[in-house]
Amino acid sequence: MTAAPDLLSIRDLSLSFRTPRGRLQALRRVNLEVPRGRIVGVVGESGCGKSTLIASILRLLPPNAEVTGGAIRFEGRDLLELSPRAMRELRGRRIAMVFQDPMTALNPVLSIGRQMIDVQYREGRSRREKRERAVEMLARVGIPDPAQRLEAYPHQFSGGMRQRIAIAMALMMEPDLLIADEPTTALDATLEVQIIGLLQALQRDFGCSILFVTHHLGVVAELCEEVVVMYAGEVVERGPVEAVFRNPAHPYTARLLACDPGRIVERSRNLPTIPGEIPDLVSPPPGCVFRPRCPEAFARCELEAPAEHAVGSGQSARCHLAEGEGR
Amino acid sequence: MAADEIPVAPRRADGFLAGLRRLTRDGMGLFGLVAVLLVVLSAVFAHQLAPFDPTRIMVGPRLAPPSAEHWLGTDQLGRDVFSRVLVGGQVALQVALASIAAAVSIGLGLGLLAGLGPRWLDNAILLLFDTVRSFPVVIFGLAVVTVLGPSLTTVIFVVVVTSIPTYGRVARTQTLAIKNNEFILAERAMGAGTGRILRVHVLPNIIGPLLILASMDVPVVITIEAGLSFLGMGVQPPTPSWGSILNDGFSYIRNTPWPVIAGGIPLILTTLAFTFLGEALRDTFDPKLRRDL
Amino acid sequence: MWLFLARRIGLAVAIVAVAVTLLYSMIHAVPGDPASVILGPRATPEMREALRERLGLDRPFVVQIGSFFGGVLRGDLGTDIVRDRPVADIVFAQLPYTVVLVLASVGWAALVGIPLGCFSAVRRNSLADRIIGVLSVSFIAVPYFAVSIYALLIFSVGLRWFPSMGVGEPGDPLSQARHLVLPAFAVGLSWVGYIARMVRASMLEVLGDNHVRTARAFGLPERRIVFRYALPIAVLPTITILGVGVGYLISAAVFAEIVFSRPGIGSLLFESVGQRNYPVVMGAVLVTSVLFVVSTTLADLANALLDPRAREKL
Repeated sequence: MTAAPDLLSIRDLSLSFRTPRGRLQALRRVNLEVPRGRIVGVVGESGCGKSTLIASILRLLPPNAEVTGGAIRFEGRDLLELSPRAMRELRGRRIAMVFQDPMTALNPVLSIGRQMIDVQYREGRSRREKRERAVEMLARVGIPDPAQRLEAYPHQFSGGMRQRIAIAMALMMEPDLLIADEPTTALDATLEVQIIGLLQALQRDFGCSILFVTHHLGVVAELCEEVVVMYAGEVVERGPVEAVFRNPAHPYTARLLACDPGRIVERSRNLPTIPGEIPDLVSPPPGCVFRPRCPEAFARCELEAPAEHAVGSGQSARCHLAEGEGR
Repeated sequence: MAADEIPVAPRRADGFLAGLRRLTRDGMGLFGLVAVLLVVLSAVFAHQLAPFDPTRIMVGPRLAPPSAEHWLGTDQLGRDVFSRVLVGGQVALQVALASIAAAVSIGLGLGLLAGLGPRWLDNAILLLFDTVRSFPVVIFGLAVVTVLGPSLTTVIFVVVVTSIPTYGRVARTQTLAIKNNEFILAERAMGAGTGRILRVHVLPNIIGPLLILASMDVPVVITIEAGLSFLGMGVQPPTPSWGSILNDGFSYIRNTPWPVIAGGIPLILTTLAFTFLGEALRDTFDPKLRRDL
Repeated sequence: MWLFLARRIGLAVAIVAVAVTLLYSMIHAVPGDPASVILGPRATPEMREALRERLGLDRPFVVQIGSFFGGVLRGDLGTDIVRDRPVADIVFAQLPYTVVLVLASVGWAALVGIPLGCFSAVRRNSLADRIIGVLSVSFIAVPYFAVSIYALLIFSVGLRWFPSMGVGEPGDPLSQARHLVLPAFAVGLSWVGYIARMVRASMLEVLGDNHVRTARAFGLPERRIVFRYALPIAVLPTITILGVGVGYLISAAVFAEIVFSRPGIGSLLFESVGQRNYPVVMGAVLVTSVLFVVSTTLADLANALLDPRAREKL
């Protein structure tokens, strides 16, 4: 473990949404670290809270969201305590984001040059310098003929190109942390490979940290150094990618890996699935949140919610079975 | 983030009464409902409620302000304005009822035709709808008056023609939507004729939106009738109409404001009431109909 | 793009032609010939014959229509039988007044309506938003001529702030402006409601859009997001409905002209209908139709030009 402090450190984060049906506990005691210059993946099925998690980092939550505990420390400062103005200073500059849907993420009535220059509004550079920077970044991400293309509008680019532009915009300010929210989900497999490759190359060049959210396990294996597994608003396991994928300590992770179509070696008629559904988060069950679907549950699981237990170097799982296995 | 905001979809009216209850919880809807009921009642029983014969002249001094005897004062011929207002309301609602009924029927027919017929017919009818709907009503009204002369019939004609597109469009949309529905194709495969399909599938789906539209159309119709009557082109004297009461009052506006106020307030209140009610109905039962024009 | 324009213009011409033909046919389909109607029951047969000849009513119907349209293309809209002057002159003399009124009304409605709508959207569900909402619906519901009358009553007869008749002294812009205030206010009032509602709905939609989320994620200040990113997009639908609502505006303007005794197409038409002055009626209806169709096309065009996405569809 490196002695340098983590770039991003989330401790015990809990968040609820106020809905007419009651408080929906979207995040419960989430722990997560992103060290400097590392790529961390966040995986989980739809509805597990990954998007809510990263929305909370940038504090872009809807009005009915309420943080009920914990801290999000970025370079030591708790983001939850910052004034809106200070938070705005960070956004786009120190923490940047790439979104899932390249079709709609860019403003359709402004040229991309306009948008890329706008994003630099805080820099004291001249307009020409900003323009050059934009052209430079577009070239970096592989947009052909960037100087001409500055005048073009988003709808004149293909989906893959638009995502590259989004990445260019995000990295233009050389942020310390890049958050990518399922950036390749809307793209086909070939494009996905290209974008992942691009991110890897850029990360090497810029040295930023990347927090990569996805439900595609193969991408995590390829791109990330560490992985965080989420289920129903909780982090159930985390650690170095190889360790977690080879020796999953949490039953959910094991099942998730088993279901991944890329890993199936036996021919069979049916794809394996995890039976059951995500529990109702307005009134989550007592005890472990995964118990209703867990094939290895026992009596204690119903009564007591498990704490996070270390199981190996850097790997930990929130499971009673993991207790006592760590060093 | 938009993705994580837990949307709460409005629960579809599980029954008319449930919807009614929801309607009354909204301030505007409640006001609309109550006011509309009042208006309708006073219109239906206008002759019974009126203290004087609305066409009888000199039942009081001319242009008198409101008093205990004449609640809304008298007009320039000494007629009791309150009685005229009541009967004027009856006229307005009669016109509304008749013309909307006619417009709905014809609109329904044309809409069905457009939806089921050949493409060119659909385009032609649609074009007709769009033009008629947005053409200035008053200009059209004046043109018709030139030909037919001023009368109640003229007004009804104008109102019917300008209302048809509203209903026609909805009928057409629903027809088109259902026409290509899979279970319709299945029924056709089993030999069901167009008539049956219309009756069983298309019509029930259309009735709801049409009714809501009709309730929102009432204030428009009342306005057109009052407007044309104000210009002297509509309901002819001595039959009172809110428009003609306003017209009479307008000639004497510098002498006394009361006839103008008396003629205008019921008109404004009624249009507001129906509009509020219509909006509330639409929001409760079918938000999809929301168009901002 | 030129194809689009050509198609729209072709459509416009077709609509106007159809409308006028219909009117023409209706006038002549009425039992009892127009000449008798115009002259009244006391006219002698010779007078009727003379008028009929003057109006060209003794020719076959198709020829009449043909010559009418032929005249239109030449700029000749017939002759006013009451004043014995070319209809075209009369109508075009009155047209500017109506146009000025309509423009002023739309102007003030947009000036007030757009900020109201924007404010409502940004302060969604606040008390101010609800009040503006109720007011918007009320403005839309109230009959436009009633607004004209009450404006006259309250602000002119009652408070004496503004004049109640005419257009003001020619050559004196201040006087003309004063005479324009109340009519423009009355005609534009319901539009304030429409525009406010439209802008509010649009803004809410745009503010929830993904690209606004992106802008926020990049730390752009809210004010810039609202005014530079959201509002320009939200305002676009307003231009289209203005195009469609021109008909409504013209109707309201007609009433305003009558209530405030202003010259204009509305007053002219009203007067001519009363006099059974058919040529002028035809001319006025024709010109209004053209005006209406031109505005709709312009609005569509403006929308297309301003929204790059729509431009592609051209």
